[in-house]
Amino acid sequence: MSPVIKPLYFDSADKRGFRNEVSIEKPGNRPGNEEPRHGDQAKDSLAPKISVRHLDFFYGDFQALKDNTLDIYDKKVTAIIGPSGCGKSTHIRVYNRIYDLYREQRASGEIRMDGENILSPGYDLIELRRRVGMIFQKPTPFPMSIKDNVTYGLKMHYKMSRSKMMERVEWALKQAALWDEVKEDLDRPATALSGGQQQRLCIARAIAVEPEILLMDEPTSAIDPIATSKIEDLVVNLKDRFTIVIVTHNMQQAARISDFTAFFYRGVIVEYGETEKIFTKPAKKQTEEYITGRFG
Amino acid sequence: MKRRPATFRKLTNRLVVGLSGGAALLGLFFLGWILMGVILRGISALSPDFFTKLPTPPGVPGGGLVNAIVGTLLITLAAVLLGVPLGILGGIYLSEFGEHSRVAATVRFAANVLMGTPSIIVGVFIYAIIVFPTGHFSGYAGAVSLAVIMLPVVVRTTEDMLRLVPNTLRESALALGAPRWKVTFQVVFRAAKSGLLTGVLLAVARVSGETAPLLFTALNSPYWVKSLSGPTANLTVTIFNYAMSPYRDWQRQAWGASLLIMVGVLLATLLGRRVLKEKKRK
Amino acid sequence: MEIVFPSNPHPAGTPSGVPAPPLENTSPSKVRRKDGDSLFRLVTLGSALVIPLLIAGLFVSLTDMSMPSIRHFGLKFILSSAWNPVKHDFGALSSIYGTLISTLIAMVIAVPLSLAIALFQVELIPPRLGRFIGSSIELLAAIPSIIYGMWGLFVFAPFMADHVQPFLADITGTLPFFQGPPMGIGLLTAGLILALMILPFITSVASDVFRMVPVQLKESAYGMGSTTFEVARKVTLRYGIDGIVGAAFLGLGRALGETMAVTFVIGNSHKISTSLFTGANSIASTLANEFTEASDPLYLSSLVELGLILLVITIGVQILSQLWLKRMRGKSGRGL
Repeated sequence: MSPVIKPLYFDSADKRGFRNEVSIEKPGNRPGNEEPRHGDQAKDSLAPKISVRHLDFFYGDFQALKDNTLDIYDKKVTAIIGPSGCGKSTHIRVYNRIYDLYREQRASGEIRMDGENILSPGYDLIELRRRVGMIFQKPTPFPMSIKDNVTYGLKMHYKMSRSKMMERVEWALKQAALWDEVKEDLDRPATALSGGQQQRLCIARAIAVEPEILLMDEPTSAIDPIATSKIEDLVVNLKDRFTIVIVTHNMQQAARISDFTAFFYRGVIVEYGETEKIFTKPAKKQTEEYITGRFG
Repeated sequence: MKRRPATFRKLTNRLVVGLSGGAALLGLFFLGWILMGVILRGISALSPDFFTKLPTPPGVPGGGLVNAIVGTLLITLAAVLLGVPLGILGGIYLSEFGEHSRVAATVRFAANVLMGTPSIIVGVFIYAIIVFPTGHFSGYAGAVSLAVIMLPVVVRTTEDMLRLVPNTLRESALALGAPRWKVTFQVVFRAAKSGLLTGVLLAVARVSGETAPLLFTALNSPYWVKSLSGPTANLTVTIFNYAMSPYRDWQRQAWGASLLIMVGVLLATLLGRRVLKEKKRK
Repeated sequence: MEIVFPSNPHPAGTPSGVPAPPLENTSPSKVRRKDGDSLFRLVTLGSALVIPLLIAGLFVSLTDMSMPSIRHFGLKFILSSAWNPVKHDFGALSSIYGTLISTLIAMVIAVPLSLAIALFQVELIPPRLGRFIGSSIELLAAIPSIIYGMWGLFVFAPFMADHVQPFLADITGTLPFFQGPPMGIGLLTAGLILALMILPFITSVASDVFRMVPVQLKESAYGMGSTTFEVARKVTLRYGIDGIVGAAFLGLGRALGETMAVTFVIGNSHKISTSLFTGANSIASTLANEFTEASDPLYLSSLVELGLILLVITIGVQILSQLWLKRMRGKSGRGL
């Protein structure tokens, strides 16, 4: 049951549109809400879950993202690739506004999630982060028991009975393919788990609250190959339920698990489209050079 | 080219190495002298009576310092209850909100300055704002002055300990939709628990040997501690009063109290430093 | 790099087939639009601001309480060495003199001694032994000052009277600093005990500074045939001089305000004498001895003014040392 995906854009006609969209030579050309040209053909069957328009991002005076515009599609895996320092992590850190933690960081532009702009000042961050889960580069188990880790978000957002709570813990740990390994010792400290297990625990913790979107910031870069393949399997299985955006420096990984791929370079989206297309027939020379290993 | 003979240089070197070794030995010698001096003189005073009986009137032998022991514990406890929560909250501000803030930089600067302010000045200050207006000395005033001395220490160690917690932990709790205060108290605090406790321990060790700020706040009292709202017996001021008295027996008890205070403070300090060193190594 | 696309890399996995226990049945806890964070921030900010407020409060309240004395004596207060509670005549000079001289003695002895100890433990002996010596010396800092007072009065002062002071008087002859009967207590003893008390602070900072001297720098000096002392003097000391000055400032601040240890041994006399054997007083010791006895408002106010002078001096030293350390950190990027 391979996913049926319509190609995002076709060779001749739409390439022009795409090139227009990502070009940075026209910074002044910023009409408010126009649809991105790429994906015109695919729109009919693919629902955009997140619509990013003209996103700029600054660390103090340094501009890390320039005029990012793209649509993330519902219940698909979107990979973000690019050389280190190109802004790929920065980009997804805007989706749950986690950058808000740091006063010197700011974003401008528009990110619509189900029609609402999450960058608007009054937006309810707690609700946003319930809807958008995040997995980090290094596993971040909280210094508490395995069970308490999984229930941490649940208790915060929902009122439920103990038995219901345990049902969900079991479900989340099963979804994260960790249940069989930890079901005997749910009360043990989470920090005692192996790195790969910790990362799956973090995934269980994130999906326990049933977010709509799951952001993964190089989730396998700090763990061993076997654990990595487990997490890759997980990602593919989870996309029936969640919209997944995964940042990776591993192009094989992007190719294996994603439906769409965006290639970032120096804060600019150079190319964005169906994964197979990006990896076999990239439209841009830069993309081709990067994925064939000539730079980056 | 004529060579300079190295003999003189070598001799100078030997001399300096020897002198610096001598300096180190001198330091250790004084440490040993003080410790032994207090232990030898204090140990004989630590009878069961010392821990169970009230002081006798001047010149009458016997009695103990149970009121001062209890008073010191109560004053210190009250100081902890006041200074620690306030200091931890202040430390949270510096570590969680104070990255690039001028306010935080000012507070840090002020904390360092307050740490270097003589404790007797803090005593005068508390006299001026509590004892003088209320018209009487009190254990509470003593506790407040100890809390003031503790505060900057707790603030700075809290900040340091919270900063050791990696930001990724904060981010992942925030990413689950937790508000900042929950992130801090439920996740960051757990990760920094041992460090925070150590900081508090070191701060307590520091103030429990303080005398100067209690001299004109808690004052002293020969009676049982009924409440902290009047002059309150405490070990350190008792040491001062007894040591300056002409009575042998009182001086002996002052040594006993000195030994008690010294052992308590040193043990707490050693324990605290040990934990801190282990934390730093990690 | 060749990328292989398996037609279906992951056959339908089982976990996703499991339906989630419904969340719809569970009522989301009332989402409070106010998440409490602005209150949290405000409370922590308020707690942090207590510290600068305390410093301001120190100045305001001490100034307020010394107003009667300031009005009565004016600037003469600092220049007069009178201290007569009966005649209501007070001056700070003898206290300031005692404070400065005892601190000076302490600095003159503690600074070179600390540097030597720091050098010894960092450069000259194996690190394990060095750490042991370092933490033992640091223990001196943990001993409460009242213990120094007890030990100073009952152990060290008699030792001074019996051995050190007669010896000093003998070898210096008619030098005015070592005249008078050897009583044990006095400025010299107070200064020596202060030296012992600030020794661990300076040693600790100085050894941190020495540890930060880049190894390459030392190695290249050794490589040219320098002796250990030459490396220490020309490389280590010169490299760390800023940090050492900062450390000395810290010690200075401590010595100026130290109360109990000094009160026990300084002798509590309001006379100014050139001899270091005679009794004297410091600001802190005068406060400790006389504050609770001061029944008369002008007396009390004069004592508070003494405190205000001490506050101004120590805070001045603190601010200087903070600025110095900050400048140093900015200059070299080294953490201290």
